[in-house]
Amino acid sequence: MSIYDLTFYLFAAITVISAFFVVTTRNIVYSAYYLLFTFFGVAGIYVLLGADFIAVVQLVVYVGGILILLLFGVMLTNKITNVQIKTGTVKLVPAVVGVALLAGVLGASLLNTNWKTISSEVPFSTTHSLGLLLMQQYAVVFELLGILLLIALIGAASMARK
Amino acid sequence: MIHIGLSHFLFVSIVLFSLGIFGIVTRKNAVMVLMGIELILNSANINFIAFAKFGNFGYQGQIMALFVIILAAAEAAVALAIVLNIYKTFSTVNVDEIDTLKD
Amino acid sequence: MTETVLIQLAGIILFLPLLGFIVTLLLGKKIKLIYNFENAIIIIAFSLSVVLAFIKLSYYPQNTVVGEFQWINLGNLPVLGPVSIDLGIMVDNIAALMIIVVSLISMLVHIFSIAYMKGDKRYNRYFAYLGIFTFSMNGIVFTHNILMMYIFWELVGLSSYLLIGFWYEKKSASDAGKKAFIVNRVGDLGMFSGILILFYTYHTFTFDKIFQQIGMGHIPFNSEFWLTVTGILIFCGAIGKSAQFPLHVWLPDAMEGPTPVSALIHAATMVAAGVYLVIRVFPILSGGALFFIAIIGALSAFIPATIALTQNDIKKVLAYSTISQLGYMILSLGVGAYSFAFFHLITHAFFKALLFLGSGSVIHAMHHEQDIRKMGGLRKKMPITYATFLIASLAISGIPLTSGFLSKDGILAGTFAFGSLTGNWFFAAVGFLVALLTAFYMFRLVILTFHGEPRDKEKYDHAHESPFVMAMPLVVLAALSIFIWYTPNPFNPEQGPLLSQWIKAPVIYTPQDARYPFMRSDAAPKELGQTAQANNEEVVFSETYTEAMHNAHVPAMLLSLFVAGLGLLFAFLFYQWKKLNPDKLAEKIKPLYNLSLNKWYFDEIYDATFVALTLGISRLFAWIDAHIIDGIVDGSASLTRYISSFSGKFDNVVVDGLVNSTAYFSGFVGLVFRRIQTGKVQTYIVLVVFSLVIILFLFKSF
Repeated sequence: MSIYDLTFYLFAAITVISAFFVVTTRNIVYSAYYLLFTFFGVAGIYVLLGADFIAVVQLVVYVGGILILLLFGVMLTNKITNVQIKTGTVKLVPAVVGVALLAGVLGASLLNTNWKTISSEVPFSTTHSLGLLLMQQYAVVFELLGILLLIALIGAASMARK
Repeated sequence: MIHIGLSHFLFVSIVLFSLGIFGIVTRKNAVMVLMGIELILNSANINFIAFAKFGNFGYQGQIMALFVIILAAAEAAVALAIVLNIYKTFSTVNVDEIDTLKD
Repeated sequence: MTETVLIQLAGIILFLPLLGFIVTLLLGKKIKLIYNFENAIIIIAFSLSVVLAFIKLSYYPQNTVVGEFQWINLGNLPVLGPVSIDLGIMVDNIAALMIIVVSLISMLVHIFSIAYMKGDKRYNRYFAYLGIFTFSMNGIVFTHNILMMYIFWELVGLSSYLLIGFWYEKKSASDAGKKAFIVNRVGDLGMFSGILILFYTYHTFTFDKIFQQIGMGHIPFNSEFWLTVTGILIFCGAIGKSAQFPLHVWLPDAMEGPTPVSALIHAATMVAAGVYLVIRVFPILSGGALFFIAIIGALSAFIPATIALTQNDIKKVLAYSTISQLGYMILSLGVGAYSFAFFHLITHAFFKALLFLGSGSVIHAMHHEQDIRKMGGLRKKMPITYATFLIASLAISGIPLTSGFLSKDGILAGTFAFGSLTGNWFFAAVGFLVALLTAFYMFRLVILTFHGEPRDKEKYDHAHESPFVMAMPLVVLAALSIFIWYTPNPFNPEQGPLLSQWIKAPVIYTPQDARYPFMRSDAAPKELGQTAQANNEEVVFSETYTEAMHNAHVPAMLLSLFVAGLGLLFAFLFYQWKKLNPDKLAEKIKPLYNLSLNKWYFDEIYDATFVALTLGISRLFAWIDAHIIDGIVDGSASLTRYISSFSGKFDNVVVDGLVNSTAYFSGFVGLVFRRIQTGKVQTYIVLVVFSLVIILFLFKSF
């Protein structure tokens, strides 16, 4: 068992366990904090997969942006003085059955597939290559996404103001 | 003990995905539903990057993951705005109480 | 300057008034001053007509310019043979002169109406109607085929109907409009039959082609009798439109319309259309048809002249005198004096329009008083109207130095020549008698209206001379009633270019046997026959006829002068100097007087015969309608109702039952499925998850 394997298991455990708590904890604010760990674990997995730039982006955007947004959502839609920042659960039985079935089926197909894997050696830093790709081959998509983001933010702002 | 390979990463992805679905289905609060969606998006990203590494696709998978993150940011902003509007209209964000589509 | 330009010019003149009509009618209610547009259009049309006539008469005095296009081509039909209908514009000298007359009088009447109709509530509509009338009249003038002439003929009838009944709130006006329309239909029926015979025989409507085929000896049903019948049938249209005996009864009633309309339509132009039609078809009229035309013309000249003697309504007198003068023209055509008929058409158009506009001026001044017994002495109040009216009266009476003298004298000479050639002096006698009567009744009218002492003091005091826009047309028309425009020599019309160069009797195409003896081309004396043969295209009537006309000229002139003077003298004796008492004379010849006063009882006779017959037939049909046809209809109605009630029951029970049970079924199914639709997002997502699982199972990728 190499150090690589150990690291993987560590991050995978962090990810899965914290994700489990995210969806089961009754307090929403706690859920949000567990979500932080999930994102962190996922970022670690990215690093193991050789995607260092993506891992950093994951941390910056998710933890720094989206998570904060979600927290704001919680604050704005619940009275903060009210201790009961909790959420109930519904349809527990069909959800458990359905999700278990789904996971079983997906896992079965994962094990039954004969994956053709050629593990390529990933260079130390991917940032330079990704930058070139974004500015050359995916320049148009990149621009479009920028515009999309702008529109989404303006739209969100105008919707929330009403 | 087998060597860590593609299947391991995909397995983590499956678990994450299932937990996301579970969260979306069971939690009442709309913000919690959003969190479930984020989990699902993360599982998809793990898939992209794992295939990029083991499928020898170069950087295409990573680029795709990058785009997903951008879209997730946009989606989070819009969804939050929607949630705020729902809260203003119905004075609640519990999705099981918002069933006026039925009528 | 090419002939194409001439055709284009004619086309523009033709369609300009239509444009005026459409614009004025559509915008009449929105824009108060739109009538100025119509007036401007008509002035432009007149200017173009002058240009057209100038070009035609100075550059192409001999040619006939035709522009035509194919309208309908039906190919070779089984019974009729090849059928192709052409429409087109023909500009010959007659049309060029006629268009000037029409557009000039139309323009003057437009101008006159600006003041005369002032304050009318349908002011703009009135001008629109004048526009469509001018359009249709131009169409008649320019047509090169008889179908187009028929179309515009009916359009003219329509505009006449609209304008007679213009004040339709007045029952007499709307009745007069209907009467004119219906009486005209009687004549048009004949004309239509004639056109059908021509088309059946020649497969074309174009005048020239028909003439050529007749010239080659191809006549309807191979019989000269049918040629005569065709001519008479077509002439029936002219009887109706020109108000000839026995269909003249509509014209006096048509005086219910506005007076300028009477001047334009019922005196100068539309009624002249009948004469114009006869002029157009003159080459195919056989001797028999011409004789019939002459008789109708003579009767129409004589009977209304006697009626006019006793009428007291100023417009009625003029109306009967119009019929009488139109009778003159028809008579003139009937005896072969073709060019004088057209000459009289022109001169009469001017002085009769003048008379009507003058009477309009008087009526306007007298606040719509039309009874001449209540007038008198207006000479001092209305000098311009009096002077112009007097000139026109002199012209219509045939006093020298006027245009009427020239043309009327020519017609009388024609009847005289006819008498000397055939020995039939009846027409000449009627002609001179009518000339006497005309002079008498016209001056009776002038004296009663303008001379003497005013008989209705109050109205006289309010009378005044008309404004400029009404006086100006009078002066223009009065100027045109002087001889100088037509010939430099006041006693010989043939010295002017009008008769010597422009109006030429046409080539006659009828078979030699069917003509009057003096019209046959071999009827010339032997030594003159050579020239007649050599110039066959130019000299149409025989030398004999020319000779006879020449000989008739002087005696006819002297005789006509004598009778006109006699008529004038009697008029003055009776009404001016009061040497003779008209009432006593009327008392002495009471039956004749009553006959004249009651218009020869034509209306009463028609009422008792045709109208009563029609009413009787109508009542019979009404009875059949009410009892037999309605019975059938009612029976079928109750049958239908029975069937309907049965089918209604079927509907209620069976069909509705089916429909309702379908609805219940759908409702039931809906109730069941409604349970699934909770409206909750999460329920749907659970369903999606299960569906996904099922799909994955189906793919069986493991």
